[in-house]
Amino acid sequence: MVDSKLDLLQGTLDLMVLQTLAAMGAQHGYGIARRIEQVSGDAVLLNQGTIYASLVRLQQRGWISAEWGVSDNNRKAKFYSITRTGRRQMANDAAHWQRLANVMGRMLAMQEDGGAQ
Amino acid sequence: MMASMRELLNRMRSFFRKKELDQDLDAELGSHLEHAIDENIQRGMTAEEARRQALIRIGGVTQAKEQQREARGLPALDILMQDLRYTLRTLRRDRSFALIAILILALGIGANIVVFSVVNTILLRPLPFHDPQQLVWITGGNDAKNLSNVTYPVAIYEDYVRQNQSLQSLTSYFAFSAANEDRLMDHGVEKPITAFMVAGNFFQTLGVQPTLGRLFTPNECQKGGRPAVLLTYPFWRRQFNADPSIVGKVVTMDNQPVTVVGVLPSSFNFGSIFLPGMNVQVLFPIIMDDIRNEGDALALIGRLKPGVTVAGAQAEANALFPRINAAHPEFGGGFQAIITGLKDHVSGNLRRSLIVLWSAVGLILLIVCVNLSNLMLARAAARSQEFALRSALGSGRLRLIRQLLTESLVLSIAGAFLGLLLACAGIYALAHSSSIAIPMLNSVTVNGTAVGWTVLITVATAVFFGLAPALKMSGKNLQESLKEMGRGSSTGKMHERLRGTLVILEVALSCVLLIGAGLLLRSFLRIMDVDLGFQPSHAATMQIDYQEQNDYKNPDRRYAALQEILRRVQAIPGIEAAGVTDNLPLERNRGWGFSAVGRAYTKEEEKNTDALVYIVTPGYLGAMGMHLIEGRDISWQDSSKSEPVAVINETAARFNWPGQDPIGRMAMVGGRKSRIIGVISDVRESSVEERSSSQMYLPWSQNGPEGNNLVVRTKLAPDVLESSVMSTLRSMNPAQPATEFRPIQQIVDRAVSPRRFFVLLVGAFAALGLILASLGIYGVISYSVTQRTQEIGIRMALGATMGRVQRDVLWRTLRLALLGIALGAALSFVVARLIAALLFATQPTDHATFAGVALLLIAVAFFAGYIPARRASRIDPMIALRND
Repeated sequence: MVDSKLDLLQGTLDLMVLQTLAAMGAQHGYGIARRIEQVSGDAVLLNQGTIYASLVRLQQRGWISAEWGVSDNNRKAKFYSITRTGRRQMANDAAHWQRLANVMGRMLAMQEDGGAQ
Repeated sequence: MMASMRELLNRMRSFFRKKELDQDLDAELGSHLEHAIDENIQRGMTAEEARRQALIRIGGVTQAKEQQREARGLPALDILMQDLRYTLRTLRRDRSFALIAILILALGIGANIVVFSVVNTILLRPLPFHDPQQLVWITGGNDAKNLSNVTYPVAIYEDYVRQNQSLQSLTSYFAFSAANEDRLMDHGVEKPITAFMVAGNFFQTLGVQPTLGRLFTPNECQKGGRPAVLLTYPFWRRQFNADPSIVGKVVTMDNQPVTVVGVLPSSFNFGSIFLPGMNVQVLFPIIMDDIRNEGDALALIGRLKPGVTVAGAQAEANALFPRINAAHPEFGGGFQAIITGLKDHVSGNLRRSLIVLWSAVGLILLIVCVNLSNLMLARAAARSQEFALRSALGSGRLRLIRQLLTESLVLSIAGAFLGLLLACAGIYALAHSSSIAIPMLNSVTVNGTAVGWTVLITVATAVFFGLAPALKMSGKNLQESLKEMGRGSSTGKMHERLRGTLVILEVALSCVLLIGAGLLLRSFLRIMDVDLGFQPSHAATMQIDYQEQNDYKNPDRRYAALQEILRRVQAIPGIEAAGVTDNLPLERNRGWGFSAVGRAYTKEEEKNTDALVYIVTPGYLGAMGMHLIEGRDISWQDSSKSEPVAVINETAARFNWPGQDPIGRMAMVGGRKSRIIGVISDVRESSVEERSSSQMYLPWSQNGPEGNNLVVRTKLAPDVLESSVMSTLRSMNPAQPATEFRPIQQIVDRAVSPRRFFVLLVGAFAALGLILASLGIYGVISYSVTQRTQEIGIRMALGATMGRVQRDVLWRTLRLALLGIALGAALSFVVARLIAALLFATQPTDHATFAGVALLLIAVAFFAGYIPARRASRIDPMIALRND
């Protein structure tokens, strides 16, 4: 395991889950967790269990829906899929994150320049 | 917005579907682990290792569940439920504490609900009429003692109605009716009823609509119109079994067929608002032409036009009345109008008493809080280890405070429920006690406002008595608490000091209550001691009927009949004296002009030349136990043909013939020259508490045809005589309605009933305060003895005697009590000054009361301290030292 993993900012996980479901279609909790780990290159500190708080929250807000089904390896699992309002929400949040990331990038770049002078 | 609404709804739904959702989550997490294990095995791990790794990656199944539960449900409510469960468990374990606490709270809160309901009905709530703030009471003079000063003749009333611009409507009722003066023919038997007469527009002015039928028509208010009557709701229910078909039927009242035109609503109680303590059953319309010559007969009530103030109406009346007086020289002028809000008239003079009562009951609640704080602290001390343990296991300080406040809230709510039950019972009793002359008392109920108030004081109480112990407890250092498991230490002492302070406070508060109650009680006893000018004991009154069959037009024949009735009644064994009067003292009264012939009065004196007039038969003064100072009583020889005579009271004698003997002098009495034949001691005629004004007693024979109150004096119980008196009356008049003897004492009791009511309540609260204070003292001393068992044991082992130990404990008790008494007495000086207006012949600094209360509290403290002191002195040093 890598020494320093990223602590997840509040709300980040929710967006990751939404994005994962939007990209991969219906998934069960373990699948989503694994997917996030893989995409992040194991860089985020994720107790897989935390995903379930996020899932129930998103579900209660009506952004994802859930259904029990059977997985590829023939096990019972609860499958989540993103809803229409969920997609809209994800688009909003993603735009927000992009802007924030841009701003942060510029801010940090400025500081480095200042340090060089 | 939509999303958060939906989330909230879903969270609430989840709160109630815990079990199902937990099962679902369990299944989901199980599936998660299986997937993870499958994957790990595929990677080549052993089954055991695969499982271990899966569990590590998930980061704790319990934590995952906890997080998910928090995200989906209502965690705050979950904690509350937990606290509640825990509270119920601890209270069940400590049952006697819970019971005592709930009982104390129930008494405190119950008393508060009762008093609040009374205050709310009488003081806070508007009168039960339409737009009540527009209603005004119009009275003729400052001297409300004399009913004639309050009222107006028909002609003046009619002029005022016509000429004023500031009232939408001006109405009146006939003020000189009395209880049980009318008769209803009920299945062939005459039954006494209480009727009042009101002007045709009375109900319209107040905005009262009948429940059934209609109000009076103009025709029914005219001379010669169809006789009509309105029934009050309770009378309709009781007398006519709430039969709706009674409307339109004809009944016989006062030997006359009368049509019942309607039933008034249950919210309208004429007696309780205008004549507290009188149960008015039916209302007749006033036929103005019938009473045109009866002098001042009408009490006025007006409704202001929108936008007109009381002051505006007053200014107009000030301008109008001189003109109205000038137009009616026959009344001798002098009418004026003093206008006040109707509400002020009805309940204004109770305001002060009610506020005192409210404060007293607030004080009780404060004492209850202090007492419970103390109990909680004692309990908290015993539970300090439990709390140390909980906080060692990770409960935060806030969580502990929350837990303790939950406990006090649970106790408080339980107390409030019990208190509400007690209050309902108390209020039912109050509302159904017809003998208390306090307006609207019988319409007091526990309503929504009162319940709201209950909730408020319940929560406030809980926070008040729970917060101090909670802060104290949770603030404790964990280590110290755990250390303290052994012997008493410095925090234990601080704890004790806080409890001592609370006890001092409690004693001080109950000292204030006791002194207040003591002063009121002393005033009440002084009032009971007042020389009324007549002897209420051994006298009783009954209404007799002799007029109808004895020719209304022939007073002499009726007089003869009355003389015969009195002769026969006096002949009944056991009756010492008997007489008849038109009005009894402390009931209805009226005034006539009275002045010494040939004496010049100053302008100032002229205002007081009215005297209360009583038309009586020979024997009445004796039957009432009035005291003739000089001259003679009225006799049967004073007839319509002989010289008019009058008996007056001392005040009238002093006022009209200062420094002279009035006997044999002439006076103008109601416009007729009369000779003064006797002087009696002053009689308290309008209020037990106020000095007498001028009075005169005129012979029936010269002023008839009035009066039907038979008064008898007897050593026997009146009800023993009832049947023989009744059969004597029936032998003269078979139509004599069946009535009961009313002891004269009952009239006095009714007159002092408001004061008795307040004294009883304040006294009861003071007694409750005393009990609570003594409980508090006992609790603290007893606890400190238990805590110091070892210390006392050591001292005794070193040679302290039993007496010495006992004295020490008692001294500690008395020190608390004395400090409390000193503080309480100082507070009482202030409080007593505030209630000075309610005292009667009692100084606010009455030494006897202050000293008595101090002694009482010391005695109570002594007994409360004696039991633990005795226990302390019986401690066996050997056992005390070994124990622990």
